[in-house]
Amino acid sequence: MIATTVSSGALVLVVAVFLASAVEMVEALTIVLAVGHTRGWRSALEGVGAALVTLVVLVAGFGPALVRVPTDALHLVIGAILMIFGMQWLRKAILRSSGLKAMHDEDAIYHETVEELSELATGPKRDRISFVVAYKGVFLEGLEVVILVITLGTSDHRLGLASVSAASAVVIVGVVGAIVAKQLSKVPENAMKMGVGVLLVSYGTFWTGEGLKVSWPGADATLLVFVALYALATWTLVLMLRREGVGDPANVA
Amino acid sequence: MEKNQPPFALRLLKGFAMFWWDFLVGDTPELFVAALVIIAAVTVLRIVWQLNAIAVAALPLLAIVALGVSVHRAQRAARK
Repeated sequence: MIATTVSSGALVLVVAVFLASAVEMVEALTIVLAVGHTRGWRSALEGVGAALVTLVVLVAGFGPALVRVPTDALHLVIGAILMIFGMQWLRKAILRSSGLKAMHDEDAIYHETVEELSELATGPKRDRISFVVAYKGVFLEGLEVVILVITLGTSDHRLGLASVSAASAVVIVGVVGAIVAKQLSKVPENAMKMGVGVLLVSYGTFWTGEGLKVSWPGADATLLVFVALYALATWTLVLMLRREGVGDPANVA
Repeated sequence: MEKNQPPFALRLLKGFAMFWWDFLVGDTPELFVAALVIIAAVTVLRIVWQLNAIAVAALPLLAIVALGVSVHRAQRAARK
């Protein structure tokens, strides 16, 4: 059931899952559009459908099972995963903002995928290559979303709210993406990634502390303090890197 | 199908382990190690020494330091 009271925890959860799902959906949609335009839509859409079913099964299977794990252990493990994952996203977004790493270019990925697929022969009825490429694109990008939905949803006992937030992002990006077609490069992906990184590290810090029996002053509201703190740290790091100048982005992992 | 291919269960297990390795360690092992160090430090502060106020401040500050170190490593790599 969707929580009826809006707490700062619920707000951070909804925004984090929605933005993360939207970013991953943009990346998946680029691949699906390239497959559909190059080799036809039928098998591509079948691949998308099959991947979505697999992802829903994963959430339905693992989500309720995780709720039975002892709360402190669950909070600690989930907090640590979110903290690591959030720092990885934040690091990447900081490096891209400061020019140390190349921006994620959806146009380039689209053209690259189209080129690769055009060289392959098309099957008589069902196009296996279309199906597999679309399935892999949606499944692999969606897997990160599934982990976020399960970790954030179960730790906060709001699996329904997290699932609805992710599903809304998938539908909205899907509809808008289908309309604007090949203009996905205009989505401010790095800014969204930075926002998600800040929210994930904030959530990760909060749940790691809960798992270690840290008593947060201000309870749930501490999350908002973390969001402000990490946003400030991110902004400072970007400014520092820009001031110091960049080297060769090709050397950065 | 290849004769020498390992059994399906083994391939599945290997794939599962590889996924989590890539997901948590990947290109940034320093962030994985930092998370373990942060957990160990906060455990000592909160559970062993019962210093809640210091643990409250240490957890986010150590995370920011870890992020700064990781970004600095990337900057050094770019300059090589």
